[in-house]
Amino acid sequence: MSYKVTEDGNISTVFLDGEIDMDKTEAAKEVIFPLIDAGKEVHLNLSNVQYMDSSGISVLIESHQKALEMNNKLIVKDVSKSVLKVIMMAKLEQILNLE
Amino acid sequence: MNAEQPELKNISEKKDFLVRSSSLKDVRTFSREVFEKLELDQSLKDELVLAIAEAAQNIVKHAYKDFPDTDDRMVVQISCKDNKLEIAFFDNGKPVEKEKIKHRAIDDIKPGGLGTFFIQEIMDSIVFKEGNKPWINNLVLTKKL
Repeated sequence: MSYKVTEDGNISTVFLDGEIDMDKTEAAKEVIFPLIDAGKEVHLNLSNVQYMDSSGISVLIESHQKALEMNNKLIVKDVSKSVLKVIMMAKLEQILNLE
Repeated sequence: MNAEQPELKNISEKKDFLVRSSSLKDVRTFSREVFEKLELDQSLKDELVLAIAEAAQNIVKHAYKDFPDTDDRMVVQISCKDNKLEIAFFDNGKPVEKEKIKHRAIDDIKPGGLGTFFIQEIMDSIVFKEGNKPWINNLVLTKKL
């Protein structure tokens, strides 16, 4: 998994790339969580993530909940078809802010 | 998901992997290669790869929870006969306590507990067998294609 972060005012957009599984979740959290803790509105762009398992879904849930605790929001953007299918299997399409 | 499949070739392939989270990518690659030979449609392939990866992850995460640096290996065997897919996992981790295996309630939104739910959603059956020597655990997943 690789990533890129862009900043636009208070919005940090994290572009994740690759496959997100149990082996990559800590790396993903290390990128996302500090931005949420810093009070940023985090946009997660998943257009280049072609595979995500339950561990990756847990990162999305944890990030979403962390943002809510900070009275902020996490937006999950440009989700690839294969990842959207997993999000829907987890019945999270109404919970996460998908764009 | 249950769209009718043409008659598939009979096939059986197995491969062993180090029981580490870093092996999960290799488990997926092996699975994709086998399903490529079966010429399954992409959507079904994706689901099956997810189910296999979740089961392998459970071995790493639960059966070897106390042994993260193990040099043990697990075996994944994918067989298809008469359009019935059987995926077997063999490992020598902590014996599975079947009664403790359950996914979280799906509407109880919190991290974790989804892997087993995904496997149940995708596969027709999940059976934990006593592992024949030298194995301790033997999980068998099946699905009619």
